[in-house]
Amino acid sequence: MSFILFIEQLLNGLQFGVMLFLMAAGLTLVFGVMGLINLAHGSLYMVGAFAAAATATATGSFLLALIASLVFAAFAGVLIEVLVIRRLYARDHLDQVLATFALILIFSEGTRWLFGSFPLFLDKPDWLSGTVNLPFGIIYSRYRLAMILAGLAVAAGLFWMIARTRIGIRIRAGENDREMIAALGVNISLLHTFVFALGAALAGFAGALIGAIQSVQVGMGEPVLILAFVVIVIGGIGSIKGAFIGALLVGLTDTLGRFLLPWLFQFVMSPSSANAVGASLSSMSIYLLMAGVLLFRPKGLFGSQ
Amino acid sequence: MSKETLLNAALLALLALFPLGAWLADEPFLITLTTRAVIFAIAGVGLNFALGLGGLVSLGHAAFFGLGGYVMGVLAYHAQTYTSLLSWPIELSGTTAMPIIWLFAVALSALLALGIGALSLRTSGVYFIMITLAFAQMLYYFTISWPAYGGEDGLSIYVRNKFIGLNTMDPIQFYLICYGLMLLVLALVWTFSRSAFGLALGAARQNEERVLALGQRPYRLYLTAFAISGAITGLAGALFADLNRFVSPTMFSWQTSGEIMIFVILGGVGRVFGPVAGAALFILLEYSLGGLSDYWHVYLGAILLGVVLFARGGIYGLLTGREVAHD
Amino acid sequence: MTLKPFAKPLALSASLALLASAGLATIAGQAQAAGVKVGMITTLSGGGAGLGIDVRDGFMLAIKQSGRDDVEVVIEDDQRKPDVAVQLSDKMIQSDKVDVLTGIIWSNLAMAVVPAAVAQGKFYLSPNAGPSPLAGKGCHANYFNVAWQNDNLHEAAGGYASGAGHKNTFILAPNYPAGTDALAGFKRMYEGELAGEIYTKLGQTDYASEIAQIRASGADSVFFFLPGGMGISFLKQYADSGVGLPVVGPAFSFDQGILQAVGAAALGVKNTSQWNKDLDNAANKAFVDSFQAEYGRLPSLYASQGFDTANLLLSALDKAEVSDADAFRAALEAADFASTRGDFAFASNHHPIQDIYVREVIKEGDVFTNKIIGVALEDRSNAYVDDCSL
Repeated sequence: MSFILFIEQLLNGLQFGVMLFLMAAGLTLVFGVMGLINLAHGSLYMVGAFAAAATATATGSFLLALIASLVFAAFAGVLIEVLVIRRLYARDHLDQVLATFALILIFSEGTRWLFGSFPLFLDKPDWLSGTVNLPFGIIYSRYRLAMILAGLAVAAGLFWMIARTRIGIRIRAGENDREMIAALGVNISLLHTFVFALGAALAGFAGALIGAIQSVQVGMGEPVLILAFVVIVIGGIGSIKGAFIGALLVGLTDTLGRFLLPWLFQFVMSPSSANAVGASLSSMSIYLLMAGVLLFRPKGLFGSQ
Repeated sequence: MSKETLLNAALLALLALFPLGAWLADEPFLITLTTRAVIFAIAGVGLNFALGLGGLVSLGHAAFFGLGGYVMGVLAYHAQTYTSLLSWPIELSGTTAMPIIWLFAVALSALLALGIGALSLRTSGVYFIMITLAFAQMLYYFTISWPAYGGEDGLSIYVRNKFIGLNTMDPIQFYLICYGLMLLVLALVWTFSRSAFGLALGAARQNEERVLALGQRPYRLYLTAFAISGAITGLAGALFADLNRFVSPTMFSWQTSGEIMIFVILGGVGRVFGPVAGAALFILLEYSLGGLSDYWHVYLGAILLGVVLFARGGIYGLLTGREVAHD
Repeated sequence: MTLKPFAKPLALSASLALLASAGLATIAGQAQAAGVKVGMITTLSGGGAGLGIDVRDGFMLAIKQSGRDDVEVVIEDDQRKPDVAVQLSDKMIQSDKVDVLTGIIWSNLAMAVVPAAVAQGKFYLSPNAGPSPLAGKGCHANYFNVAWQNDNLHEAAGGYASGAGHKNTFILAPNYPAGTDALAGFKRMYEGELAGEIYTKLGQTDYASEIAQIRASGADSVFFFLPGGMGISFLKQYADSGVGLPVVGPAFSFDQGILQAVGAAALGVKNTSQWNKDLDNAANKAFVDSFQAEYGRLPSLYASQGFDTANLLLSALDKAEVSDADAFRAALEAADFASTRGDFAFASNHHPIQDIYVREVIKEGDVFTNKIIGVALEDRSNAYVDDCSL
């Protein structure tokens, strides 16, 4: 195994982790501020990808497609927040799980009804195609590098917004004490809608970015949703910092696990069974990571005790 | 007699009479469908024991449902192919006798639930929901990629297992077995929920400090409840596999966990008979909506949403006019 | 022909009404016309619905063209769940009393349904899935596969790779039975060395890690089997990675329904298939034209398989009554119908003997599609014939 391959895999893990962060940030914010578990967060990711694919097909512009993903996902977010989600804040987690599970059914089949049963086409723009040469002779996909940078930029923006702006102060206040912030005269329901739309927009943005190199299809949100939950549970629910660290941990564990485990097993067994055993184990690796973290820190790495 | 007792009796009577009617009308498929509802009901009753009584929101009960299914599949597979299951440390062969399969399914599911519970109960709230989900996902990916018993293709056994004196391939006779087991499980849960253990568990759900002050350790109570809950759901898994004569990793999927949870919530959390009503309604919806359009999941979603938002307490809450089961 | 999508709720409410009035009378048995009742279990909702819809549309087109009104088709959606498929087959056998079952797309669903259905004396005609157990030791006189044995297209890919001079291929497939079968099938016909062999996670959508390993392996070509969305993701990411080695794969990732979503990333890729829309025979030309006229889209591989399945059934009905199982089986074995694939015959284990072609992905106007560039395997049967006792 060469050094260059290892570095490339690290970059891949980083890229995966950064995209997971975009998904997880919304989930963890919504939980932190409103105390809501939103299983339908993956559907917003799907909405973003479909909006981007439809826009790109109609206009041919990737930038417009990205904007459309933000707008439509945020719009879908506002819609379900006003119609459904806000009635769930005071409910227990059980009701939230069931109601948002129902939303997944509606979103998935509704999307299929609108766009048909076949996957949609979305491609990255020419100016992001191809590869770049990094130091040490590493050849890396230009688009994936752009994804890393875009994700890091969004993360930085999010941290800045929460630490420095008025709305950020309100979000933090909302996380600390839900009743108090309402008593202080903040329009709490507007704040909730804003936070939910922000999370939705981030998920939709991730959907569009990833949709360009994956398949834009119904049901694409659910595997990512479960990963995003693993991320925020590892990081500590409600903590943006935790979501960021958790996302990178999950991204790296998954990517490196898939790559290193079969290689490690080759030292103790034949190559083909090493492949099979390594592949089986690596598909379980992130869940093992999560179980391990929770055993030592039952509230996640950065969860408030 | 309270409304709830009346409703329970009506439900049991309907589940006895409907298949009988279908049998007389020579509609075996309707019997099969009711069998499915009854088996799902058992799974739901199992989850409800942890969820309703102990307040443990597990999104990982597919783990026990699937394990029960695979216990059936593996035991029957070895019996049908005359291969031994284990040669060391003791020689163990498969079996096609239902009672033995149930015993194994219950025991192994309880053991798995003890293991998962012991680890998961260190957490609470959303963390508990997610760590139970994670354990089920681990098993899901493990069964998909583990080649010995068919991997993703699953494992087919071509005839149902045997039960003394009955022809289990006959829909109505197999139904009777499942119905009988459901009654047994309901009686068991009913007794448990009124025992000292059940009362302490209910108290722990409402106020942990008080139980601590009385010298009970909530962790132990929860763990016991979780193990019993897993065992019951495991039994349902074994029956479900026998109904289909087939097991596959789908039984471990997170959608399965979600569906079991739906039975509980549709019926009414914390009511002993709630999941029975929930499962029956779910099967009815699935069956009648499926014919309406290819996009029937939209309707199903809308109905579920309506129940959560406007019919708190599920069917039982709606029909008895009381939202909460315990006071 | 009658479609009965509303039959279920009616039967159920009828039964409920009976109970309510305590009149447990027999539901009037519907008069059975001579002819045949077909139960189609296929995937019409959820992620894999495109394949099931194509099989159904191809099948129904052939029934419509036959002009026969004594073929009744009951169509149900299995949601790609094995337990639902089993439930539906129980319903069709017990309640609808069908004579023939068909429609299943996925191997794991076929394994759940087929053995029990044929054991109950029903015929099963597979329009897609061809898992190896059903071709070998588990073969059955009443089970016919009208598409291919699962290994076939992978074997053809292996044969093509050797013929094209690839000597060091990197192969990958998901870690599940069809995936391991695919790699085994490829290796059966491939003569060169393997630069690497990877099993990916089922449902995986990011292949950066695998592509990096391909780049580092020194391979001269790549073979992959990643059905559905997995293949779309892999191809887009592979094209973007700049690795640039020639790619070979089975037709599933390059078929009409899916190809538009892959886009230019698939251009020039060689894939193996038993059918293509430009196959030069009269049956195929008529099929492609009428399918487009009926549904307004190009037919896919799956549509052709559905169409052939229906025509096989119709050809057997012309010769024998389905109630005479032995005669009907013999009529099916003769495979006396005009296949869209040209020559078509059954091997002794009731799986096709057919040519498997190499196709190349091209662009026609705005539409991505395939053209045939050669034959990979001629009159290919399958590797399991000797294991089958038929």
